[in-house]
Amino acid sequence: MEYLPNIIFAILLIAGIGYFSSNVKKLIRNIKLGHKVDASDHKSERWKNVVNIALGQSKLVKRPVSGFLHAIVYVGFIIINIEVLEIIIDGLFGTHRIGQQVLPTSLYGFLIGSFEILAVLVLVSVTVFWIRRNVIKIKRFLSPEMKGWPKSDGNIILYFEVVLMCLFLVMNATDTIFQTAGSGNVISQFIAPWFEGFSEGTLHLIEKAAWWIHFVGILIFLNYLYFSKHLHILLAFPNVYYGKVEPKGKFNNLEAVTAEVKLMMDPDADPYAAPAETAEDEVPAKFGASDVMDLSQVQLLNAYTCTECGRCTSECPANLTGKKLSPRKIMMDTRDRLEEVGKNIDANNGEFKDDGKQLLGDYITNEELWACTTCNACVEACPVSIDPLSIIIEMRRYLVMEQSAAPMELNNMMTNIENNGAPWPYNQMDRLNWKDEK
Amino acid sequence: MSEQLIVPTMAEMMAEGKQPEILFWVGSAGSYDDRAKKITKAFVKILNKANVNFAVLGTEESNTGDVAKRAGNEFLFQMQAVMNIEVLNAYEVKRIVTCDPHSFNCIKNEYPSLGGSYDVIHHTQYIKELMSSGRLTLEGNTYKGKRITFHDPCYLGRGNGVYDAPRDVLKKTNATLVEMKRHKGTALCCGAGGAQMFKDAEPGNKEINVLRTEDALETQPEIIATGCPYCNTMMTDGVKFKEKEADIKVMDIAELIADA
Repeated sequence: MEYLPNIIFAILLIAGIGYFSSNVKKLIRNIKLGHKVDASDHKSERWKNVVNIALGQSKLVKRPVSGFLHAIVYVGFIIINIEVLEIIIDGLFGTHRIGQQVLPTSLYGFLIGSFEILAVLVLVSVTVFWIRRNVIKIKRFLSPEMKGWPKSDGNIILYFEVVLMCLFLVMNATDTIFQTAGSGNVISQFIAPWFEGFSEGTLHLIEKAAWWIHFVGILIFLNYLYFSKHLHILLAFPNVYYGKVEPKGKFNNLEAVTAEVKLMMDPDADPYAAPAETAEDEVPAKFGASDVMDLSQVQLLNAYTCTECGRCTSECPANLTGKKLSPRKIMMDTRDRLEEVGKNIDANNGEFKDDGKQLLGDYITNEELWACTTCNACVEACPVSIDPLSIIIEMRRYLVMEQSAAPMELNNMMTNIENNGAPWPYNQMDRLNWKDEK
Repeated sequence: MSEQLIVPTMAEMMAEGKQPEILFWVGSAGSYDDRAKKITKAFVKILNKANVNFAVLGTEESNTGDVAKRAGNEFLFQMQAVMNIEVLNAYEVKRIVTCDPHSFNCIKNEYPSLGGSYDVIHHTQYIKELMSSGRLTLEGNTYKGKRITFHDPCYLGRGNGVYDAPRDVLKKTNATLVEMKRHKGTALCCGAGGAQMFKDAEPGNKEINVLRTEDALETQPEIIATGCPYCNTMMTDGVKFKEKEADIKVMDIAELIADA
């Protein structure tokens, strides 16, 4: 029975990582429902973006207050996680603070001391975040799409962080050996006196309990990610890598359309010829997107990466003037629908059964799509290179090319272009009249 | 603008066996819209003054298809693009300048994969080029000390990262350049992009152009400078809505420079 704790630890660790991995697999499968994107270009620029935008958080700090607080939590999260390494070794091998034994006292003290300071800074930042979300009425946290689960999700993440940081500090404060060594207990030495009257045994019990809850808490938090907007802590990096590297104004040209246009413009084309037989594309290409499967893998990755900060929406001219469009909602809807499709596939032995629903109409309305000015403010604002505009355009393409469902004025405008090469009903032959007009 | 403008067409040039150094893409707004035509003429005045050997396509130019693409009609866009590319390639056009950031973005970024690769620049970039090479010099001090604020067109600024050329040109007028709170990367759209120019706005509590005009009014400008015919219309309407048209002019950079 001597090894019971080690065994329990190992089982918990395997279960925690196992469940997380199964969800990651699901996530990858869902993303792969989208069509492939060739991102083999601009390699050096993509890596540069990962370093600057993802690692360096260059876009986050454009809003100094939230950017600074985020940087603390981010650095704290990454550095304090070195401590997890020690926890895992201790847990598996039954050692106690292996780092203290193998590392020079000064180095170990320096590390733990830094973690303790960061833990306090994280606590302060997280508290400010909570106040920003719940007390101060910051507009971007009050949008209609932030009601219910998204609001709770945001708060749950903050509570998690508070609990984990407190447990870490309590664990250190009640560790008598660590406190007596007196190296690295920069913060916990002030917490230790709270436990002064406790017996050695009770102290040990509290220390062990804090250690175990801390460990289990980390596993729960890890597994919470898949169900939360907090996935960005992992996905921000690949998402920035796959983010747009070309000028923001450039929209992709649909290849399926190019093929048809070429045929139409080709004077040698036989209008009565039977369509060329191609084994692979039996299904005629659908123009634009009405559901998540019509989007690209990068767009679906975008949806999972979105952490609902709302910087896009707070810069969107349509949203600022009271229109229904919110770029953040476009991303949240895309993820919600993708999750729904994923669950459908799980429930039907790996095959999607038509559920009579789709992204267009059931999640995103035409009104939202037509309110977009394609100004790229949302794309520019996103700290992790998400492109809501590309989804809006794909859905407009479906509305126009598959459903002819453009607003009437736009149909008139397009008819004009078709007939006289201008969006207004003017004669093509009058194009140069301005030259002689007074 | 009483003096006669010299506007050669590509067809005329070709007939004389000549090749212009640059093609001026006028665009649909620049050709037909009354307000935008003034910008077109002002830019031609600058080209004439700098003795630029340029040409236009005239009646052979057609809509770029940009607005159709933003509206979701990829078919119409590609039809227009392929037609225009055929004409441009037949004339062996290498370099294109335009006063319309939407045409600029579309031809520069979206034509190449359809067979049309050209060196495309915005007219503010070209004016800057003419100034730095000494071909264009400003004579007077029409705008000395005047407060001018520049509204970044989305497809010039965010869309293609061109923020400095229009500002550098404006500085040459000795005007006082004042920036709006939202400028460059965070500039607010005028509300016309994405085919909004051609339809009514969705229900909301304000028009986008009014909000943007309020941004501009905060800087207490005498002139709101633009670099896009659509922005110009939107800002002009915004200024009228605010009943400030007696005090504040909305002018394209080409117009400012042509009069400077």
